[in-house]
Amino acid sequence: MDSYKQIIKNGLWDNNQAFVALLGLCPLLAVSNTVINGLGLGLATTLTLIVSSSIVSLIRQHVGSEIRLPVFVLIIASIVTAIELLMNAFFYELYLILGIFIPLIVTNCAIIGRAEAFASKNPLGASCVDGLAMGLGFTAALVVLGAMREILGAGTLFANAHLMFGEAAKDMVIYVIRDYEGFLLAILPPGAFIGLGLLIALKNLIDKRLAQPASQAVSFSMGTEKA
Amino acid sequence: MANNKTLMMRSGLVLGLFSLIGIGLVSLTQSVTHEKITENERLYVLKNLRELVPETLHDNDLLADPLHVVDTEAFGNAHEVTVYKAIKNQQLVAIIASTTAADGYNGSIKLLVAIRNNGELLGVRVVSHHETPGLGDAIDTNKSDWIYSFNGRSLNNPSPRLWQVKKDGGEFDQFTGATITPRAVVKAVLKTLQYYQANKKTLTSTIQQTNG
Ligand SMILES: Cc1cc2nc3c(=O)[nH]c(=O)nc-3n(C[C@H](O)[C@H](O)[C@H](O)COP(=O)(O)O)c2cc1C
Repeated sequence: MDSYKQIIKNGLWDNNQAFVALLGLCPLLAVSNTVINGLGLGLATTLTLIVSSSIVSLIRQHVGSEIRLPVFVLIIASIVTAIELLMNAFFYELYLILGIFIPLIVTNCAIIGRAEAFASKNPLGASCVDGLAMGLGFTAALVVLGAMREILGAGTLFANAHLMFGEAAKDMVIYVIRDYEGFLLAILPPGAFIGLGLLIALKNLIDKRLAQPASQAVSFSMGTEKA
Repeated sequence: MANNKTLMMRSGLVLGLFSLIGIGLVSLTQSVTHEKITENERLYVLKNLRELVPETLHDNDLLADPLHVVDTEAFGNAHEVTVYKAIKNQQLVAIIASTTAADGYNGSIKLLVAIRNNGELLGVRVVSHHETPGLGDAIDTNKSDWIYSFNGRSLNNPSPRLWQVKKDGGEFDQFTGATITPRAVVKAVLKTLQYYQANKKTLTSTIQQTNG
């Protein structure tokens, strides 16, 4: 069993569902046009992941492999429907914006992916943490991509924050670039693809940099050996 | 063989059990949230209506017994139009039609069109749309002031010939690089005004009837 630290690192970075596993791209690309939209969908997805992973872990010994997948699908669909109803009741204005994307959480392969790959083989605690970490990793991807597209596309950050945090958050919006005309491409779907590509490239670059000192040391020692 | 059969039975039962649990969970949430959701929807519509018809103009509940009209000929599409009534001292002072412009760039644009009983527009608001951000979405109040250009207009202001976007020889501005969206909105507002003109008598009489 992985240690909790390893599980969290996996979810946030090493096996980030959006940047590494490339799962859940449909909601990711559709809803990452502003930070707040991304955050809203990210948190809803995280909640779904935690609950579904926990339940799957609890029942993992009682459900045979023949019907495992249909049972997982049933569980996830029920949870998402319940979350949709709760959002409709308690975050109505945000629901109006994210509304059509909430049911799409069902189609987010990351959720059934974690149920199958992790929760069905691990105890409750680990599965719960895995759901949380994977969800936060996905949320981070949505928020970073959302920030990128919002700044480039509209010149703002945290527009519409009041939909999530109440009227007091109306002043949270930051005008990063004053009197900005807007850059349409960033807001339209192609901007999501391009942005995601750039972020994946950036992550790979960072990973490479982090790995470099070690490999340099190796080649150095090899060099001295030859000499 | 028998083994296979029991396995199938067992799987079926487990699957059935989880379906029941799922249904239970969803029904429970539904029953807990139902009231709040209906209330949310009501308040949302009311908030939009209030923005168009100031409280001083009417003394009734704006959401009380609206009319539901389907008139393909008058509105140019088969979407249901809801007509809310603003009443003061038992007189119809204004109507607010929740209508649909079906020919936006990306499908339907839902509008609220408020008309005073003298035929003047109290205002128009977009309730929902799927127009392109940065191009067609200037019909939204938080993107531009364009939609306010309908305030105070009526069937003869401008004259019927000028109830078009400037590009088509009319009076209303289009947006840079986006004519389809404003064209659809102008057309829908005009159709609503014409519908009101044609049905004013009937609409007024529904009030007198309900008040005995
Ligand atoms: C990706 C894309 C999105 C567009 N979105 C809209 C829109 O939402 N509303 C609109 O009226 N025109 C939109 N247009 C422009 C229309 O295709 C059309 O060119 C324009 O409305 C016609 O304007 P014109 O008659 O002034 O040339 C869009 C064009 C493209 C390429």
